[in-house]
Amino acid sequence: MNWDWEAVRDFMPQFWDGLLVTLQALVLGSLISFALGLVWTLLMRTPSRWVRWPVGVFTEFVRNTPLLVQLFFLFYVLPEWGLTFSALTTGVFAIGLHYSTYTMQVYRAGIEAVPAGQWEAATALSLPTVRTWQVVILPQAVRRVVPALGNYVISMLKDTPLLMAITVLDMLGQARLFSQEHFRFTEPLTVIGVAFILVSYLASVLLRTLERRLVR
Amino acid sequence: MTSGLWELVLTGTWTTIQLLVLSALLAAVVSFVVGVARTHRLWIVRFAAGFYTEVFRGTSALVMIFWVFFVLPPAFGWQLVPLWAGTLALGLTYGAYGSEIVRGALNSVDPAQREGGIALSFTPWQRMRLILLPQAVPEMIPPFSNLLVELLKGTALVSIMGMGDLAFSGNLVRLALQESAEIYTYVLLIYFVIAFLLTRLMRGLEQRLKAGVAR
Repeated sequence: MNWDWEAVRDFMPQFWDGLLVTLQALVLGSLISFALGLVWTLLMRTPSRWVRWPVGVFTEFVRNTPLLVQLFFLFYVLPEWGLTFSALTTGVFAIGLHYSTYTMQVYRAGIEAVPAGQWEAATALSLPTVRTWQVVILPQAVRRVVPALGNYVISMLKDTPLLMAITVLDMLGQARLFSQEHFRFTEPLTVIGVAFILVSYLASVLLRTLERRLVR
Repeated sequence: MTSGLWELVLTGTWTTIQLLVLSALLAAVVSFVVGVARTHRLWIVRFAAGFYTEVFRGTSALVMIFWVFFVLPPAFGWQLVPLWAGTLALGLTYGAYGSEIVRGALNSVDPAQREGGIALSFTPWQRMRLILLPQAVPEMIPPFSNLLVELLKGTALVSIMGMGDLAFSGNLVRLALQESAEIYTYVLLIYFVIAFLLTRLMRGLEQRLKAGVAR
């Protein structure tokens, strides 16, 4: 096994570019998944089964099929329908959509964990539905689900290298580019492997702090 | 789509299923060995198992696959057949997730059961085999079922390495037809059907195992 620090140093500029793209995809993907997941949960609670049924089938389908194929689908099919986005935008949307089908379950659990008395009190105070959700139910539900949402952020981080498959130059994309140019595979791949462990460890530490502040 | 292209998709599906079964077996072995090791009484064994879990859960499955395909061959002189390289990378990664399930289920068995085993002077191995596992295993099935679907979705990653699985044959058909909506819809549907069958299978298994435990 021959390890070359020189190659590691040459790889560093590209590594930082890749890290930036990875973090960008992670942050935007998380935001989309948090927002969209909440939308799915609320749609699943509407009284009409004509809304619940399609939403249920769609989210179940998205959850049980590989993100990679979904990425290919969006990346190649959307342009055929006349919608052209950059690879990164498509990738961020695909990750956000995929993980929104997980976060919806988290939100649902959070909403169900709000004590029934809170609902009854809102009814007793004759709060309108929108305000009941806005100021009574959601603030309590979201607070409870932060740890679970955070776990999905970490899973999302580990799925961002898939974006490489649709030509995005994230960490893995940069590592592959570098290996093909210099014909050194060991160093760049090991560097980004360690970087993933470090970033996910930092994220979990950050999360625990957030948890302590929110969940009291 | 012509019949030749369908044949390609079927071969791809078969590769995906092979990969799924092999890596699920490896992952099951890894989860039980590592999961049981995390409840071992020697701290060094617990530490080693915990370290393994953290490393493999911390890094991305795709990065792992790249590592097995590109770093292992020059570094150690091992050149693995793609199917085995994919099995190794997926089995080790998902085994790390599975070990957490095993550890959680073992810890959730009532401590009195273990103490009862000690009082009856069972050896540690007998305690594990006759008391702890029969009660813990049915509890593991629902999370394992989810993990199995995750593993199925993970198998698509090997297509990036040029292995001819379902996602890869989907790409080939796209290139052949210059048309992507139809083929990717089929591919997604096939994955969905496999995932659906897996969850059904696991539910049946859970019921059979639960029937074996006295309540």
